[in-house]
Amino acid sequence: MRIALFTTCVADTLFPGAGIATVELLERLGHQVSFPRAQTCCGQMHLNSGYEAHALNIARSFVEVFDDAEIDAVVAPSGSCVAMVRDQYPGLVARAGDLRLQAAVARLVPRTFELSEFLVNELGIVDVGAYYPHRVTYHPTCHSLRLLRVGDAPLRLLRAVRALTLIALDDAQGCCGFGGTFAVKNADVSTAMLADKMRAIQATGAEVCTAVDSSCLMHIGGGLRRERAGVRVVHLAEILASTEAA
Amino acid sequence: MRNEFAEAARHEVANSQLRANIRNATHTIRAKREEAVAEVPDWEQLREAGRRIKERTMRNLDRHLEQLERSVTAAGGVVHWATEAADANRIVGDLIVGAGAREAVKVKSLATDEIGLNRALAARGIEARETDLAELIVQLGEDRPSHILVPAIHRNRGEIRELFRRTLPGNEQLTDDPAELAEAARRFLREKFLSAKVGVSGANFAVAETGTICILESEGNGRMCTTLPEVLITVMGIEKVLPRFADLEVMLQLLPRSSTAERMNPYTSLWTGVTPEDGPREFHLVLLDGGRTKVLGDADGRAALHCIRCSACLNVCPVYERTGGHAYESTYPGPIGAILTPQLTGFTQGNSLPWASSLCGACYEVCPVKIDIPSILIHLRSRINREVDGYGGGGERLAMGLLARAFARPGRYERAQRFGRWLSRPLTREGWISRRLPGALGRWTDVRDLPAPSAETFREWWAQRR
Amino acid sequence: MSSRELILGRVRAALADVADDEPASWIYDRDADEHSRYARAGSRDPEALAALFADRCGEYRATVTRAERAGLGPAIAAACARHGASSLVVPTDLPEAWRAPGVEWREDHPSLDVHALSGFDGALTGCAVAIALTGTIVLDAGEAQGRRALTLLPDLHICVIGEEQIVEGVPEAFERLAPAARSGRPLTFISGPSATSDIELKRVEGVHGPRRLEIVIAG
Ligand code: SF4
Repeated sequence: MRIALFTTCVADTLFPGAGIATVELLERLGHQVSFPRAQTCCGQMHLNSGYEAHALNIARSFVEVFDDAEIDAVVAPSGSCVAMVRDQYPGLVARAGDLRLQAAVARLVPRTFELSEFLVNELGIVDVGAYYPHRVTYHPTCHSLRLLRVGDAPLRLLRAVRALTLIALDDAQGCCGFGGTFAVKNADVSTAMLADKMRAIQATGAEVCTAVDSSCLMHIGGGLRRERAGVRVVHLAEILASTEAA
Repeated sequence: MRNEFAEAARHEVANSQLRANIRNATHTIRAKREEAVAEVPDWEQLREAGRRIKERTMRNLDRHLEQLERSVTAAGGVVHWATEAADANRIVGDLIVGAGAREAVKVKSLATDEIGLNRALAARGIEARETDLAELIVQLGEDRPSHILVPAIHRNRGEIRELFRRTLPGNEQLTDDPAELAEAARRFLREKFLSAKVGVSGANFAVAETGTICILESEGNGRMCTTLPEVLITVMGIEKVLPRFADLEVMLQLLPRSSTAERMNPYTSLWTGVTPEDGPREFHLVLLDGGRTKVLGDADGRAALHCIRCSACLNVCPVYERTGGHAYESTYPGPIGAILTPQLTGFTQGNSLPWASSLCGACYEVCPVKIDIPSILIHLRSRINREVDGYGGGGERLAMGLLARAFARPGRYERAQRFGRWLSRPLTREGWISRRLPGALGRWTDVRDLPAPSAETFREWWAQRR
Repeated sequence: MSSRELILGRVRAALADVADDEPASWIYDRDADEHSRYARAGSRDPEALAALFADRCGEYRATVTRAERAGLGPAIAAACARHGASSLVVPTDLPEAWRAPGVEWREDHPSLDVHALSGFDGALTGCAVAIALTGTIVLDAGEAQGRRALTLLPDLHICVIGEEQIVEGVPEAFERLAPAARSGRPLTFISGPSATSDIELKRVEGVHGPRRLEIVIAG
């Protein structure tokens, strides 16, 4: 399958490991991965912060880059960015009244996937041949859970990883309090949410907390580092890309 | 523009008793709601039917209101129209005075809370006695409601015992057993019910086809207020109308399970105008606009009017769970309040509320009439930024503009990445910034480390690799 | 301009985007599709319905007993005895067979005042329909039901339900209740004794309405 990677601006700039792992994993599974260099961001932060006009411009560039007949699937290591494309783009471009853009979005929506749902639902793979000898807990991020409905796809992938000990997270579906600019605009509430999430993570005794969104992991990881909690955050793609040889 | 919500929330978040009370109550009801919903095999179809019923109704609201007026009038009721709060308050006050009464018993109603009816009546020397247990707790404590279904959710049983001991005569020995507390309220209100000349209620639904008003309740105070007094006055927002009697078969399946997690609430009363020899001799229906037509005018925000006030969205909201209802400074707190308050007030109040959400989507998932609250929040953020005042202020607008420019061209974007890396390098240790930064970023770095731009971006790695 | 005209005008202005010929309401038989076609009729037989209804009412802490129609008098007497009730107020058209011996009966005619009603140990009525899935009885001011205050003020409500009155779900009940609603009769849905969840969202039985509910299913 010809897969175009949308690495997302967060992973590209701050957590390249998630993007690199996605490439290595998909290639190991025998797929051809491309990285359209003209890509930047999906526009989610702008839309969610109340800058719809900017978001529309960014969406326009996104569509231009990825609406390509040579691409079978667009895959991103992020639930929220994929949710932006699948859930928000149709309404955003409809309000703009651009019919050509609407048609392009309609083509793009069914071909855009978050990594874990792509592996499990599209490729039908659960065991990706990974090896990861650590105690891991999984935080289901809000957008992957409620907008994309990835369900237990990430958990099924993790359960198939050799040497990995998966520990259930208490109140797992509770939001970590990131929410983009919410984390600074409503810092007190965000902090209270983060504190509860970190407490639950630490209670598991896991060494690693994983998720399918770099942005949520940046929030949780930033909090855990500040507390010197001794728990690392690692993107799901990086766990799945790990092998015994490596 | 000030972030009123964040300012108010700061105090509430710091109140650990309040947080414990609310966490306790919301977590209990969440689990129960899930159970109550899980046993209904056609729940999703009911939700979708509910959504469509509401959507069709709103899109033809004028016709349904006219029909409701005809039906109620034909059944012996009198219909009044109130463009805004002051009109409604005046109408209700005149009716009470006209009935020769100085007091009225009230059953819990958000519409009358929204218009400040009790205060307006008090100014005319009329006492409005709340009879719902939680409303009574709020009224006796001179407190403010903090939840649309359980206004005293922020109080635990111990606090309520203290209040009752202090304010209800003859209860000095009261324990904190909820059954005993309820009994104390029963004794206190009984005589008021038996002697009241005027009852005031809200409406959960009003059926245009038949002129039937419907209220759901648990305690029996609703039945008391709507059957025993000689005069009954119902104040309802115009969005509460339903076209057909059969629509209730959907709503009465959705609402109880979503609100109190019961298969059915103990009492649901439906009445149509006046019935000879049974209940009030006079019935007045006050139809309130109060900003609802403003909400109706925004095709992307209109669905906020579909709300059936179940409160499920409050109960699952992680923000509400931490702040409680007072921080919203509105009759309607929580997710529904965040989309309703600014729209109802024509963006004169509650403009910080659409930002009081991490957009986690839990509200949309539970809403029995499938209101896409997160999408409306996002829509309102843009509207407020555009029409009222750049909410984030000039600094944010500038930063967002610059970022948008960078994201629009890969070349600019790559230069921005390199610039960011250069800027943050002196502060970076192991890829993270642990130092507290000034300005908005400081609200991040106060409690969290911040990731620094990577020494090698993904695209640099990719270019290297080929 | 009157408030009425003003509001209706505002509504119409707000709905400028809506086409005039759009259907005004959603009608199940016409509009339901696979996304919205909820269940309108159940499939349980009468015996199973009665059992389910009894079970669901029991969860609300209503007492449910069953009796042959011929034996209703003793069943009602037993219900009274359980609560130590010796005086019952009843609607004038209450069937003779329900009037158990040993209990003081008083018909609500001419209408008793609220204090008098409050003074009775209990009220005995029939009902219009009962919903098995939710454990609900519905009164529609029809036969053997009397006016609303009757079943509200006394602290005990004894309600006799004919087996044939039990339907499975809410939609079937609404179908049966539509004629009463159309003719303007008040409806009261009762699911267990009065209750509140206002303290810490925990359910407590017994506030203003009758604190005890006795249901007798007649088969
Ligand atoms: S918005 Fe939906 S979930 Fe929230 S109170 Fe209204 S109906 Fe209930």
